[in-house]
Amino acid sequence: MTAATSAPTPTPAPMVAATSDMRTPLGEFWRRFRRQKVALIAGAFLLILLGVAVFAPFVAPYDPSAPDYMAILEGPSAAHWAGTDAYGRDVFSRILFGARISLAVGFLSVSLGGLVGVSLGVISGYYGGLIDSAIMRVCDVLLAFPGILLAIGVIAILGPGIDNVIYAVAVFSVPIFARLARGSTLSLKHAVYVDAARAIGVKDRVIMLRHLLPGALPNVIVYFSMRIGTSILTAASLSFIGLGAQPPSPEWGAMLADGRAYIGVADSVTIFPGLAIFLTVLAFNLFGDGLRDALDPKLRMA
Amino acid sequence: MLDYLVKRLVGIIPVIFAISLVVFAFVHLLPGDPARLVAGLDASPEDVAAVRSSLGLDGPLWQQYLHFVGNALQGDFGISLKTRRPVITEIGERLMPTVWLTVVAMIWATVFGLLIGVLSAVKRGRWQDYGGMIIAISGISFPSFWLGLLLINLFSVRLGWLPTGGYGTWQHFVMPAFTLGLGVAAVMARFTRSAFVEIAREDYVRTARAKGVPEKLVIWKHTLRNALVPVITMTGLQFGFLLGGSIVVETVFSWPGLGRLLVDSVSYRDYPVIQAEILLFSLEFILINLAVDVLYAFANPEIRYK
Repeated sequence: MTAATSAPTPTPAPMVAATSDMRTPLGEFWRRFRRQKVALIAGAFLLILLGVAVFAPFVAPYDPSAPDYMAILEGPSAAHWAGTDAYGRDVFSRILFGARISLAVGFLSVSLGGLVGVSLGVISGYYGGLIDSAIMRVCDVLLAFPGILLAIGVIAILGPGIDNVIYAVAVFSVPIFARLARGSTLSLKHAVYVDAARAIGVKDRVIMLRHLLPGALPNVIVYFSMRIGTSILTAASLSFIGLGAQPPSPEWGAMLADGRAYIGVADSVTIFPGLAIFLTVLAFNLFGDGLRDALDPKLRMA
Repeated sequence: MLDYLVKRLVGIIPVIFAISLVVFAFVHLLPGDPARLVAGLDASPEDVAAVRSSLGLDGPLWQQYLHFVGNALQGDFGISLKTRRPVITEIGERLMPTVWLTVVAMIWATVFGLLIGVLSAVKRGRWQDYGGMIIAISGISFPSFWLGLLLINLFSVRLGWLPTGGYGTWQHFVMPAFTLGLGVAAVMARFTRSAFVEIAREDYVRTARAKGVPEKLVIWKHTLRNALVPVITMTGLQFGFLLGGSIVVETVFSWPGLGRLLVDSVSYRDYPVIQAEILLFSLEFILINLAVDVLYAFANPEIRYK
């Protein structure tokens, strides 16, 4: 790429257009990410979902908790796009409000797990020795369990409820983020610029935050997206088995648990909330796949 | 090989110790007084004190721990608060249904996952590949409880072919095993495909083709056999995943297994049952992981000497 050629691709991202031939990491990333058509569609879907969740009170055609005993367990119609449940509540409106819960639980739990995990991982990789062994052994033990079992263990202590689901689901994101951050810290901690920083007397805390943490970020971002999908699925499972969100809540898993009693009587209550979970989780997974390929082609599986 | 086995066996001792500590600490992490839970809400203080000493919860912590481990080694996990029967009996009745469900699900998932993975890899970039990978990615994102409900709706309610739930005949196995295995089949397919594609690039595969080995033999003997090594590890890891997944699937299909027992006991705060279940599940995972590592070392001599 010579200096004479201006931006080689007409990208819509303003930060790229402004830097003409200079390839910023962000511009490079966007250039590669744009080629992932499936991931772009998934990303668009997630943006719409986020918008719907935020503006649910304005978008939803009905009050999600308002019963209508004249319209119980109806199938999809012009008035009720996804039918009504056993109390005559509009299933479509409930799904829109449920998006708030699922997205919030997914985002908060992964943020919490990521924050704790990345901190532990960087500390573990930077200091090494006994601290490292201790943290990594705990992570090994945690990783050996399937997420839902760990989550149920936490729920058993804290009690059922959607707030506790966030902590329960966060726990099993911790070891994955810890391992990622530790790996990148180990590979960077003897880099020249880190040695240089140490030589001029930069504090350990600053080295970890400013010089080691950024190296871990690309992987962390990819896993962040993928973990949100898994976490939403686990949270919905917990609600379905009765340990998460409790019945009046329009949480998707709880809606399915409610609808289970009316299987064969009305399909709407068992089909649409499940479809919402599936599409959301799928979108996060596909989006994460695309991010991975764009951020680090080396990570790509075959 | 023997050295390796001994090393691994010694290695799990601290892990088992850690888990026993966690399970023991569990009772003390619960809000409220376990002795009062056992004695009942209307018990007199004397009764509660009597129960406390019978549970071994009145001594110093280390003594309580030894008491707990001693009992656990004899299979004594106390009495279920819900049914008032020994925990070990409750668990014993539920063990085999879960084991069978897991094994059946594992078998079909492995067979189909392998087939789809190999087909995708061989027909790389063609419709079979895209079809297989769409199934694989969807399978990972599919909520198992939703799949279960859809299957019940179609095959039990509408067609009347299969029972909605319960345990007994082979018909009872069809839907739960399919539901439980789908996610695993998806992971296996994806993983087999990438392992297969990688091995297919190796020199010895090219050599085999060059010297005129029939394509079928190249695929099944030269490539698949070598691709199987990482796949074995994956299978073991998926076993743990299945045991976790069975918790949800058993709830959907009213399966009388350990998973549903765990959910019921958490809802009921039946802590002796929860304790025993966590211990049991943990030991299962450790043993499965150990078995996988040993199998892996058996298949790949490099590991043994590290």
